[in-house]
Amino acid sequence: MEKTQNNKAWFLVLPVLVLVAFSAVIPLMTVVNYAFNDTFGNNEFFWAGLEWFDDMIHSSRLHEALGRQILFSAIILSIEVPLGIFVALNMPKKGFWSSFVLVVMSLPLLIPFNVVGTIWQIFGRTDIGLLGHTLAALGIDYNYTADVLDAWITVVVMDVWHWTSLVALLCYAGLQSIPQAYYQAAKIDQASRWAVFRYIELPKMSGVLLIAVLLRFMDSFMIYTEPFVVTGGGPGNATTFLSIDLVKMAVGQFDLGPAAAFSLMYFLVILLVSWVFYTVMTNMDRSASDIPEEL
Amino acid sequence: MAQITLKNLAHSYYPNPQTDKDYALKEMDHVWQDGGAYALLGSSGCGKTTLLNIISGLLRPSHGRVLFNDRDVTDAATAERNIAQVFQFPVVYDTMSVRDNLAFPLRNRGMDANYIKARVDQIAQMIGMETMLSRKAQGLTADAKQKISLGRGMVREDVNAILFDEPLTVIDPHMKWELRTQLKQLHREFGHTMIYVTHDQTEALTFADKVVVMYDGRVVQMGKPEELFETPAHTFVGYFIGSPGMNFLDADVQGNRALLPGGESVDLGAEYAPAAGKVQIGIRPEHAVLTDGAGLPLTINRIEDAGRHRILRGEVMGTPLNIVLPEGQPVEGHARVAFTPAKINVYADDWRVAPLGRAA
Repeated sequence: MEKTQNNKAWFLVLPVLVLVAFSAVIPLMTVVNYAFNDTFGNNEFFWAGLEWFDDMIHSSRLHEALGRQILFSAIILSIEVPLGIFVALNMPKKGFWSSFVLVVMSLPLLIPFNVVGTIWQIFGRTDIGLLGHTLAALGIDYNYTADVLDAWITVVVMDVWHWTSLVALLCYAGLQSIPQAYYQAAKIDQASRWAVFRYIELPKMSGVLLIAVLLRFMDSFMIYTEPFVVTGGGPGNATTFLSIDLVKMAVGQFDLGPAAAFSLMYFLVILLVSWVFYTVMTNMDRSASDIPEEL
Repeated sequence: MAQITLKNLAHSYYPNPQTDKDYALKEMDHVWQDGGAYALLGSSGCGKTTLLNIISGLLRPSHGRVLFNDRDVTDAATAERNIAQVFQFPVVYDTMSVRDNLAFPLRNRGMDANYIKARVDQIAQMIGMETMLSRKAQGLTADAKQKISLGRGMVREDVNAILFDEPLTVIDPHMKWELRTQLKQLHREFGHTMIYVTHDQTEALTFADKVVVMYDGRVVQMGKPEELFETPAHTFVGYFIGSPGMNFLDADVQGNRALLPGGESVDLGAEYAPAAGKVQIGIRPEHAVLTDGAGLPLTINRIEDAGRHRILRGEVMGTPLNIVLPEGQPVEGHARVAFTPAKINVYADDWRVAPLGRAA
């Protein structure tokens, strides 16, 4: 059959192009524009070249925020992943309690981020908060607004409370897909509990686990709302993570040029890490299916 | 190695079984001799796997006891029973190499490293995977994986019994035959008690010394292949063993004759006591002969060529009847069928009735 060539059909995708342009491309290009220019308002721009990037790369303020950010992501990953696996392993496998636990586990994931922040902000207050007041009554000196360690503990615990469920639910799904015969075979082979985990459960969970790590890494690397509501980045700059610093710079100080350069680099880092994850994941899939079959 | 005794064993998956229907396994009393090769045969859902899991200890029976030799193991864990079991679908440890997979049960029992190496090499040779020992098990074909599962089942020499739960389902026909032969050879060599679950009668009859036929949660017959063929204890065994299965005709048995509804009668070759319930006579298609004089009137529907013989599908007074025709036998001009009297079995309510003066 002869294919009809009708270039007018391109017009049909125009609405999508316009929509994407307005929602993504044009805003992004504005940021790019700010990153390479200097402006004093009135829409007057002076070419700045790579100056802002150079500034930002050498900015100790950014280095510190990046350091805090990496530390935060590392801490929450090292808590949430093992804890999520542990919770998933201990969740009921079927019946009423399995549904019940699933619903309870999903609850923190459904709460809007700023509400989570507010909950913990109040929860931790020594005057009216259940946690803060109880700790104070026990004679523990806890004050997340003044003490750096307390602030970090609060922010980390809050993130663990908010997001461990996600890791646990993903792992649970992975575990549920393991056929019963594997556990029976392990019993026959006299495998220890550890061996069952190491050689059956962990390999079967590895796919979903990698997704969980990727999601948690990206989310924690971009975290803004919850710590902003609880600590506002303080005390001092102790919990000022990259996003919070970026907003301070762009909206607070109105340093649009450096902030734009900063956001572009931020974006590239996340893109790079996600790409690495994606490559690792697809390679893992391939090694599972691409081995030539010799039989 | 052990003789396995099932004492008043029954199992229900419900906490409070009321009627017979609630039981996946109905009460049974059986002894599985040490060193026997048994095939457990039956259609899907008849309780074969349940029985197997009870023997291996993966499932605790709700009623009755399981004995290994004289020891009551009903409450003993799987590990304590020292049993090997191979499952229907391949179970391999993906992240381990083929060698580690085979060595796994031995290592878990803390065997000596030299012994493990020698034994793994021996098993690898048996399943034909010597060249693949260093490969990761992940990504192998289903039959390679199943061979590893089989190998893992056979790697321990001191097991009380080896249980196979339809292990050759995923393996291609040629390999099936080869592996079955190897299992049989292994059995002769080491004399393990082997129980082999299958729903394929050829597999059962070629593998086992004794075939155990299960139907609806019951062991309906336990016997040598010939016994199952010649004197099926239950109509199900008659249907299930043989291809095509046994023919059954409703009849009224009086003495040594069976009266059929149409007024015809059949010589049974032996005296029978009057039986109650639904009475039928059963005759193997191999023991029905076309005649042109004596016998019952036959309607021929079609004839199928099964290669070495032909199968005649017909009807006797409205009841379907199959006949296996010997090679070269003409069909034309024969409108009647006769049965070899000594090969006729009588059933009352599906269970075989032994003729008087002869034991079942």
